[in-house]
Amino acid sequence: MGTAASTTTASDVKLRVEHVGMVFDRDGKSVSVLEDINLDVRDGEFICLVGPSGCGKSTLLNVMGGFLSPTSGSVTIDREVVRGPDPRRILVFQERGVFPWLTVEGNIGFGLSKLSATERNERIAHYVQMVRLHGFEHSYPSDLSGGMKQRLQVARALAVNPDILYLDEPFGALDSITRLIMREELLRIWQTERRTIIFVTHDIDEAVQLADRVVVLSSRPAKIQDVLTIDIPQPRNISSARYLEHRDDLLKKIGLAYTV
Amino acid sequence: MNSLAKPARWEKFFWPLLAAALFLALWHYSVIWTATKVFPSPLSVEKALAELLRKHVLWADIGDSLRRVAIGFGTAAFVGIPLGLALGWYPVVQQVLNPVLQILRPISPIAWIPVAIIFFGIGDHAAVFLVFLGAFFPIVVASASGVSNVPTIFRRAGRNFGLSPAQILAKVVFPAALPQILIGLRIALGVAWLVVVAGEMIAVDSGLGYLVIDSRNSGKRYDLVVAAMLLIGLIGLALDIGFRLIERIRSVRWGFGHES
Repeated sequence: MGTAASTTTASDVKLRVEHVGMVFDRDGKSVSVLEDINLDVRDGEFICLVGPSGCGKSTLLNVMGGFLSPTSGSVTIDREVVRGPDPRRILVFQERGVFPWLTVEGNIGFGLSKLSATERNERIAHYVQMVRLHGFEHSYPSDLSGGMKQRLQVARALAVNPDILYLDEPFGALDSITRLIMREELLRIWQTERRTIIFVTHDIDEAVQLADRVVVLSSRPAKIQDVLTIDIPQPRNISSARYLEHRDDLLKKIGLAYTV
Repeated sequence: MNSLAKPARWEKFFWPLLAAALFLALWHYSVIWTATKVFPSPLSVEKALAELLRKHVLWADIGDSLRRVAIGFGTAAFVGIPLGLALGWYPVVQQVLNPVLQILRPISPIAWIPVAIIFFGIGDHAAVFLVFLGAFFPIVVASASGVSNVPTIFRRAGRNFGLSPAQILAKVVFPAALPQILIGLRIALGVAWLVVVAGEMIAVDSGLGYLVIDSRNSGKRYDLVVAAMLLIGLIGLALDIGFRLIERIRSVRWGFGHES
């Protein structure tokens, strides 16, 4: 897989971002948030988007997800232009994304109303197991911890069988230990399910630990400053020399190498 | 007493009972000290209550008042919740109807009594109409603000899972707004109980409000007046406590801060 990156052909590309620009109108002034973003993502690839806070990472994710239409350029998935949100690609929010009026089962089954009852229940049971929420099927989100709620959100997303998962700082509101556990869980799920994942984070370690490629955005208006390939096989030893090398490299790219 | 310390079991009952006893004592001695011939003492009110219960008219009056509240409040909920949802959901509806509603809303239902009598004559319909008016506006306002306070994150999740606008309203917006709608209903029920008594003093010849005014008019029986007032208070309290039980239902409890 390591060499495939340089010889990507059109057929491998799952998601293509072409010359995407985004200009917002704020108080009569136009603010450019994204500028000429170009990116090809392969099927099954794990991409992390990093960059300074407020740079437009989430905006880019929302454009890819079809929640915002770009001012210029286009996003295509399987060579089809993205025109709106679609159950084939699900966005996972930072927090409070699960529905508090539904149980764990109800949340996971939310997008499955078109399935028959038996299929639906099988699907729910499968993903309850996958995100390790067994025993909590009938619990409400208010009885779950922050980490469990995020696992539930990921399960609800996976249950509708999407090709792509967009994760918008999904572990940003969790404490650091839970965050580490959640990364492992996400990697385990990604390795069994092999979806394409676009993951927005401001956490350098998170990016280096998870991603096949890390896309570094500049401050606003965001441009792609660099794309780093992390060619360490999973699971990654986060204190190995190669890991730290990549980490330093990324810090340098962001311009923080000797300041933190 | 430390305000942070959890009160002991006996304290939970002791202090409220003491306050009630002090209130009764104050009332009792005020009647004696002022040597009033008109205002009844707690003991004569108690006797009056016993008399009312013996004569069996009381249950018919209570039944009539409760029936008027049930019909007026029920109709207000039936019309008010959908209207409130539409106001919160469609900006156009809000724009068109809001001015009219905002002008009608501050008019006390009591001011409607002459109009109600023109419309419906003296009788049940007039009283029910007044109850409806009193309950209608709190329900509409709470439903509308409930909808506009639904976090965008929930609506976006609904769109992402491929729901149509009607499905989003039914499966996302309504359950998300339900706790606020229930708060509106509870306020409306309190207002309905206030209004039914006022309406019955003028527009009909049965019910607790009629009992109050009739006891005064036929022989200045102020012991019966105060007895009826106390009953009105107790039934109002019972209605409120009964309604609050709904807040404990699991699918709405997240909106009420019952969580530990």
